[in-house]
Amino acid sequence: MSLDKPYLDVPGTTIFDAEQSRLGYHLNQFCMSLMKADNRARFKADERAYLDEWPMTEEQKQAVLARDLNRCIKAGGNIYFLAKIGATDGKSFQQMAGSMTGMTEDEYRTMMVAGGRSVEGNRVIGEDGTAQAHRQPQGKH
Amino acid sequence: MARITASVFTSHVPAIGAALDLGKTQEAYWQPVFQGYEFGKQWVKDNKPDVVILVFNDHATAFSLDMIPTFAIGTAADYTPADEGWGPRPVPKVVGHPALAAHIAQSVIQQDFDLTIVNKMDVDHGLTVPLSLMCGAQDPVQGAWPFPVIPFAVNVVQYPVPSGRRCYNLGRAIRKAVESFDEDLNVHIWGTGGMSHQLQGPRAGLINKEFDNAFLDMLVNDPEAAASIPHIDYVREAGSEGIELVMWLIARGAMADADGGAKPKAVQRFYHVPASNTAVGHLILENT
Repeated sequence: MSLDKPYLDVPGTTIFDAEQSRLGYHLNQFCMSLMKADNRARFKADERAYLDEWPMTEEQKQAVLARDLNRCIKAGGNIYFLAKIGATDGKSFQQMAGSMTGMTEDEYRTMMVAGGRSVEGNRVIGEDGTAQAHRQPQGKH
Repeated sequence: MARITASVFTSHVPAIGAALDLGKTQEAYWQPVFQGYEFGKQWVKDNKPDVVILVFNDHATAFSLDMIPTFAIGTAADYTPADEGWGPRPVPKVVGHPALAAHIAQSVIQQDFDLTIVNKMDVDHGLTVPLSLMCGAQDPVQGAWPFPVIPFAVNVVQYPVPSGRRCYNLGRAIRKAVESFDEDLNVHIWGTGGMSHQLQGPRAGLINKEFDNAFLDMLVNDPEAAASIPHIDYVREAGSEGIELVMWLIARGAMADADGGAKPKAVQRFYHVPASNTAVGHLILENT
């Protein structure tokens, strides 16, 4: 029996389901630890050493070091947990969200002020909207 | 007896809290957002509740991946605003209503909704931003929120989240629970989160004004139809984080017409794009 996952054909989107959560448990719990100021300070002082205290995969650690949020999500990260890394770096939620699109901060902010990303062409994999794989990375920079 | 007289619906974007806390409400970017809540601020003064049941979601703050309750009711005397990584918001602590909360827990569990009971919890922007929007800025030490709040947390972070139908039926159970409380209390229920937004992946920034406005129409006029929207429609049409809208259905299900009463009156409706990554929607419904 297979599980019902009707969301796998949504482009540019990873749904944080029970399977992703299982893969990302230690990565996300590492992120939670950054809610304490002294942990943030220790992480910033030596990121690699701090990450090595967690039973994360090497891929998860590399994704964090590279601040590649798409890679973190693929490895089981969830954006609300990953946001703690952004907070540690002094980034806003908009900067974090924009960083996953390939657009510059200005390009992303301008898109949002103009009404956001259209759903047209972005509902199902294989259409031609801006979030489709063949249109990545986005932005003109 | 206690009764639910009104419901309030609003987005709870963290950047709105930051804009308030940093004194940016009159900036051109933010002014239209706060303008949309001027009516609500006056309305909540004129129709002051004795207690608010505030349906929200925790954003990896009180609940890590160690424990993931689908529905959690706060029965504590008070709740501290959380440090979400940027430092705690400078807002007053949130005073609870343990007597009514415990009563709701007892009644709703007996109606087959298995709530998690929480006696200690910090509350994040999901709860404090709606309070700020509806009550205005408050001094964190000298000030106080004008009414007690029962936090009601819903898991919308780890999928699968509860269905819209289950949320709607839970709202109906909450209404029954409130009406079986002997004390004469005027209760409001707030549904928060949404509207369309996606915070992750190459599709981040998705906004769908057509979906959002159709949802607002449906929520007012045909909540049964809104309760029938499947998860995948929210994800595809309103973005992966747009799924938060199921929480609005809990508040909507607690209105009288969900159990044969009169249709509520919509006294406020507001919609604006954007606040940071998100479409802001806001409704106030009064039981008639």
